[in-house]
Amino acid sequence: MQTHRSTPWLFLAPNLVIFGVFTFLPIAINFYYAFTGGVNLYPNDRPWVGTENLATLLDCGSYFDPGSCRRDLFWRAVWNTAQYSLFQVGLMILFSLITALVLNRKIIGRGLWRGVYFYPVLLSPVVVALIWKWILQREGVLNGVVTALGHEPTLWLAEPGWAFFWVVFVGIWAHMGFYTLILLAGLQAIPADLYEAAQLDRASPWRSLTKITLPLLMPNLLVVLVLAAIKAVQTFDEVFVLTGGGPGSATTFIVQFIYQTGFQEQVRLYGLAAAGSLLLAVALIVLTLIQLKATSAGSAGERAK
Amino acid sequence: MPYKAVVETLPVQLAAGEGPDIARVTDLGGLNKYYLDLTPHLSAARQKHWNDNFASTLPWFRAGPADKGVYGLMSQLTVTGLYVNKTLFDQAKVPMPGDKASWDDWIAAADKVAKATKVPFAMAMDRSGHRFAPLAVAHGAKIFDDKGVPVVDAGYQAAAKKFIDWHKNGLMPKEVWGGVGGSQYRDAFEEFANGRVVAYYSGSWQLKRMDTQVTKAFDWTVASAPCGPAACTAMPGGAAFVALKRTKQPALAAKFLDFLAEDANYKELMAKTENIPASASVAKAGVTYQVSPMARTALNAFVADVPKIAKPNFELQGYRFNRAVFLPTAQRLGQAAAGEMSADDALKRLAADIDEQVKAASK
Repeated sequence: MQTHRSTPWLFLAPNLVIFGVFTFLPIAINFYYAFTGGVNLYPNDRPWVGTENLATLLDCGSYFDPGSCRRDLFWRAVWNTAQYSLFQVGLMILFSLITALVLNRKIIGRGLWRGVYFYPVLLSPVVVALIWKWILQREGVLNGVVTALGHEPTLWLAEPGWAFFWVVFVGIWAHMGFYTLILLAGLQAIPADLYEAAQLDRASPWRSLTKITLPLLMPNLLVVLVLAAIKAVQTFDEVFVLTGGGPGSATTFIVQFIYQTGFQEQVRLYGLAAAGSLLLAVALIVLTLIQLKATSAGSAGERAK
Repeated sequence: MPYKAVVETLPVQLAAGEGPDIARVTDLGGLNKYYLDLTPHLSAARQKHWNDNFASTLPWFRAGPADKGVYGLMSQLTVTGLYVNKTLFDQAKVPMPGDKASWDDWIAAADKVAKATKVPFAMAMDRSGHRFAPLAVAHGAKIFDDKGVPVVDAGYQAAAKKFIDWHKNGLMPKEVWGGVGGSQYRDAFEEFANGRVVAYYSGSWQLKRMDTQVTKAFDWTVASAPCGPAACTAMPGGAAFVALKRTKQPALAAKFLDFLAEDANYKELMAKTENIPASASVAKAGVTYQVSPMARTALNAFVADVPKIAKPNFELQGYRFNRAVFLPTAQRLGQAAAGEMSADDALKRLAADIDEQVKAASK
């Protein structure tokens, strides 16, 4: 039976329309807004300003000193996001790997433990943030314990260092279950006979880990790394509810800056917010390219073996 | 609908040509271009009623001095004020500062009480530029320059530095202004209700909450508007019902608002919602509130503060882009309170933020 040439397009069309309206069109509009100014919402009412918005965001004495930048909050948000991504992603992958290695062993109640680690992933980010807010606020559960032990309560969410620590901690707690699952699937795909051979050769557990497990798990680790990094750069809802970006701007990330500039202020600078989105998109594209490069390098390496 | 939706979602809806027929708004002047002018739908007698009785608040809704439209009805006229934990003052045997007491007098007295009663902080203020404005004007801030453009002048700076010092010195809890980010609003009601502060600067809209949640725990009162070197003043404000241009039933929308503006109806609305009337005739006739004696005394204290409100505070409330002053104030003073930047840097940034926002708004 011969298929008409237009038949595949007929099946693809509904999804293409949805994708076009809700993804490509907003991207195009975002580009237009980034190069226009004023406070009007309708594109026709917005004057063309060229690269002025991007120039405003990039206008800095030194990019390492947000205080020297015209839009200091943007650069504070950039550096906060970078630091958050580094700590949250790094530590989360480490803990996910350790958890996956433990859950891959024959331990009592393995199914229960897998559920325990995966359950925070099922919660809405707002619920996650509210739970931890109740724990960490001045009269929260944690300070209740601290006080009961005879110590002074700590302002966990009002001290910049502690607030940042807890934002990272909650980020790890909420998401590591998902990445643990990916790594667990990777671990289970490693042939058992490799470990049996290693045992026959009297290889130590550490040697088995570094010479068998980690190399064979590398493709999964790379996927986890890039997915987690993209997610970290996009962080908003959990942190916004937990700390509101504070204290000061200690936990303000790029997406909150964009939201605040475009929607929270009375004078809504849509152009500046859109320009911020473009810069964020550039960062995400770079991360994705790194993933593609790393994944293809990993595959090539595997094939070469 | 939550307050956040009124402040953040409604303006976007209106800009996109969507939204309800009638809305309750707090950004009175900022949304002017979406308002329906009720004048063509009102009889001459009713126009006179509106213009005579709501003369002090009608300009808040208008685009400028040339605009004579009738746009909205204040559902809630509010006045800022200082709530004081009277029980703590009594326990500490510290005399309460009098009617002409300054901010410094209040903070000193509250500090004495806090130390004597082992309460963590002397005073708290809602995290809002609106609440900061009376402190600034009391210290000489004019808010606007000769051209009517908002400025961070010497008075504003003096008040801001004092305010940041109060945080640094532990007189005010860091977590209210310094604890959240951006320009987000945060009230300090819980701090006061839980007896963690001796005095709390907020406003008349907290009365009902105060009466139902705090009265059973301790005695409280509202102080007369605190003074500074330049004035004893408070900040007016509130929410209002407005009809929107996009309505398909302009006559009905106008009729509904006019119905609410009738003296008998407005009086009942104020009595039931325990608010200060914006209508001169209703204020003159008086409103009988069904509240506790403590709340009634407080309500009278707020009403007595209305004539003391300084001109810059009234002008700021009526300024179209007042949130372009309020929001950066919360943001920058919050950063300074959190210890993220110095008072001088915060003030420089604040001036730049206000300037940028006002310029962008006029593009």
